[in-house]
Amino acid sequence: MTDQPSEPALRLPAYRREAGVHPALNSPEYRSTGLRSPQQPPVVLPHLLTEVTGPLFGHDRVAQHDDDLTRQYPGEPIGQRITVTGRVLDGDGRPIPDALVEVWQANASGRYRHIVDQWPGPLDPNFGGCGRVVTDSNGNYTFTTIKPGAYPWGNHPNAWRPAHIHFSLFGRAFTQRLITQMYFPGDPLFPLDPIMNSVRDEKARLRMVSTYDHELTRENWSLGFRWDIVLRGRDATPFEDEADDD
Amino acid sequence: MTEPASPRRLGLTPSQTVGPFLAIALPWDDGEWVVPEGTPGAVRISGRLFDGAEAVIPDGIVETWQADAEGRFVHPDDPRGTTDPTPAGFRGFGRSATDEEGRWSVFTVVPGRLPTPDGATEAPHLDVSVFARGLLDRVVTRIYFPDDPANDTDPVLSRIDPARRATLVATTVDGGLGFDVHLQGEHETVFFDL
Repeated sequence: MTDQPSEPALRLPAYRREAGVHPALNSPEYRSTGLRSPQQPPVVLPHLLTEVTGPLFGHDRVAQHDDDLTRQYPGEPIGQRITVTGRVLDGDGRPIPDALVEVWQANASGRYRHIVDQWPGPLDPNFGGCGRVVTDSNGNYTFTTIKPGAYPWGNHPNAWRPAHIHFSLFGRAFTQRLITQMYFPGDPLFPLDPIMNSVRDEKARLRMVSTYDHELTRENWSLGFRWDIVLRGRDATPFEDEADDD
Repeated sequence: MTEPASPRRLGLTPSQTVGPFLAIALPWDDGEWVVPEGTPGAVRISGRLFDGAEAVIPDGIVETWQADAEGRFVHPDDPRGTTDPTPAGFRGFGRSATDEEGRWSVFTVVPGRLPTPDGATEAPHLDVSVFARGLLDRVVTRIYFPDDPANDTDPVLSRIDPARRATLVATTVDGGLGFDVHLQGEHETVFFDL
């Protein structure tokens, strides 16, 4: 106890700003960016209290079968049953535990259960295409689904999106929020896809591609794919340096 | 498992667009309720999302994040933080997909002022992420509150070009506050490099 009650000095983490990873908002090959990308340069926002904090959603947001998209309807969906697993880490390799991961995808024929998706791929009465999981104490997530199909879109003549699963991640701070897509290895549509190729750096682009993992493949049941997700890391702070001295 | 002695630097996972079908997954039944319905003193903040041709965007989603009414966060990185936010039931996070008119809406309280590490004071604000088909990464902006005297000395708002500053301040409208987001064009909202 001190007789001068005062707030302790405010020390906040700072998240690294890394250029050259995320796509440019104005990417003309993806036509919809044309009228939706800002033209003014963004203003640098310091990392203050609102930015270094964020919603910490956990198991309260997840219901039974949210981690198994093959068990959400009375029957089993058509398609190749797969398990997708990986770790959610920050840019320094620290696992991000207890973090909500939301996923959505097309069915095996490449059709989304959405009113606007009307191409003649069949809907599957036993597949909704949405899931939610929470990372464990080591940042691991796992869900079961079926492999989505490729689908056509109107961006350019005979345009097809490579098969992908959408991922939404909160991390631990507003700075770490990320929505992205996971792709499957060896897809011949990769070089033709303006959305994937909006990530100009090849190494960064390939970080969106999962790997086939035979260890995860279950005999007579499902194929396994592994995909780690890396959210922003922190700059070292004096406080952390002290903590590392022991 | 033990933490590595010297953490290894990993490459970030790039962002990709939410695409046109986010509505099957991201909207939550309780998304707009940052505070419970009926909370005294709460305000509805609502607005529309526009593209560069002033057309409404019906396939976007707006997320908000903010301090509670006392200016505290339920979070370990707020050293003054709280486990008992004000008012009761405060969640801090709001999420609202845009409708056919491009409209989104959250129900919340005005957050408290915030201290900064160098001794300044931030005016009440919400951090906002906007996602949509055609946005390869989220865009980030802030909502400030009209007629708050702290706006004039806010360390972020006061450094914005005065001609564009108003794009970050909500307006008083019937039933609460209004905040339109223009992704492009003459009325383009100020967006931040986070």
